[in-house]
Amino acid sequence: MVIKILGSGCANCRKLEENTKKALEELQIQAEVVKVEDFKEIMKYGVMRTPALVVDEKVKSYGKVLTVEEVKKILQG
Amino acid sequence: MFTWVQKFADWLVYDVFKIAKESKLGSALNFFVFDTIKIFILLLIIIYTITFIRSFFPPEKTRKILAKKKGNTFIGHILAAMLGIVTPFCSCSAVPLFIGFVEAGVPLGVTFSYLIAAPMVNEVALGLLYGMFGIKIALIYVLSGEIIAIVSGIIIGKLGLEKYVEDYVYEVKIDAENIDIPNPTIKERLYDSWMFTKDLIKKIWIYVVIGIAIGGFMHGWIPTGALAKYAGKDNPFAVFVAVAFGIPLYSNAAGVIPLVSELTRAGVAMGTALSFMMAVTALSVPEMILLRRVLKPKLLAIFITIVGIGIVFTGYLFNMIL
Repeated sequence: MVIKILGSGCANCRKLEENTKKALEELQIQAEVVKVEDFKEIMKYGVMRTPALVVDEKVKSYGKVLTVEEVKKILQG
Repeated sequence: MFTWVQKFADWLVYDVFKIAKESKLGSALNFFVFDTIKIFILLLIIIYTITFIRSFFPPEKTRKILAKKKGNTFIGHILAAMLGIVTPFCSCSAVPLFIGFVEAGVPLGVTFSYLIAAPMVNEVALGLLYGMFGIKIALIYVLSGEIIAIVSGIIIGKLGLEKYVEDYVYEVKIDAENIDIPNPTIKERLYDSWMFTKDLIKKIWIYVVIGIAIGGFMHGWIPTGALAKYAGKDNPFAVFVAVAFGIPLYSNAAGVIPLVSELTRAGVAMGTALSFMMAVTALSVPEMILLRRVLKPKLLAIFITIVGIGIVFTGYLFNMIL
């Protein structure tokens, strides 16, 4: 599983990255977490509000700092 | 609505702390306690209500609406400036929004009308102005912000500055519109709004407390009207100086408004105080650094100049009519 955090490196994006890693840990899922900070790349996903969470190239959430619980829900499908 | 807060502040400062009512410290502390409670209550109500309303106007929708209106740009400017108030905007999203609008074919001038209105007409500032100064001041604030956004956008559009946008912006292609505009239930919106309100207050509370503390200090030590001869209506340079001071300062609007109310009490003209607030909130160094990633230096400089002139103009206008 590849998880991408889209965002320009502001506080919100770091918080989302943190929460995502925590969620992965709690669910004991192995996944690669990639931060995407280049706007050209971010825009390819059609995201206009950061931070966004992309799981296996699908945009799951954007414009919102998800809580650990919310990330877990998304990861569990 | 806030009489009980005043009673509480009086009781705490004069009875519990036993500080004399007539002393400078007593007056400052009383102001601090009263304003802190009052402003945080107002903030809670305002931010929560506005966040909920705004959840119905995501920027993705705004982008679609503006893209459709590209033929008729005057209407486009008005629409962009109005959507700038209701569309949620955080300066960290300024860049993706800008690219998204340009990619959708929204004209540069219309995009700027939006980009100027969004931070200029700050919804938290609007709510606080209404709560502290009444409907008239709040309305003038919105109207002048909107007019600056519309006029500046039209000017930038007419100047033909497309070549001063960073080249890569035009290369961006949003591959598939494969993400949906979310349509949460009312319950989810209410919950999300609450989470957002909590986060925002956590982020801005320090600005607010610092603003009120400076306000409290002024309340105790600077007599009413003392600044009138320096920054009253008769000083033609006051607005200019206030804006020049305000641009490099960075604070949330919620932190500046307690100052605005104290500045006016001390004799600073309302227009001068408001243009100071607009300069602090609408033009900030962090936002410039972000915008520099999509705008070449020349366009960024033009943007700052036009908005700066707009704010100075508003200050004089307020001073004339109030």
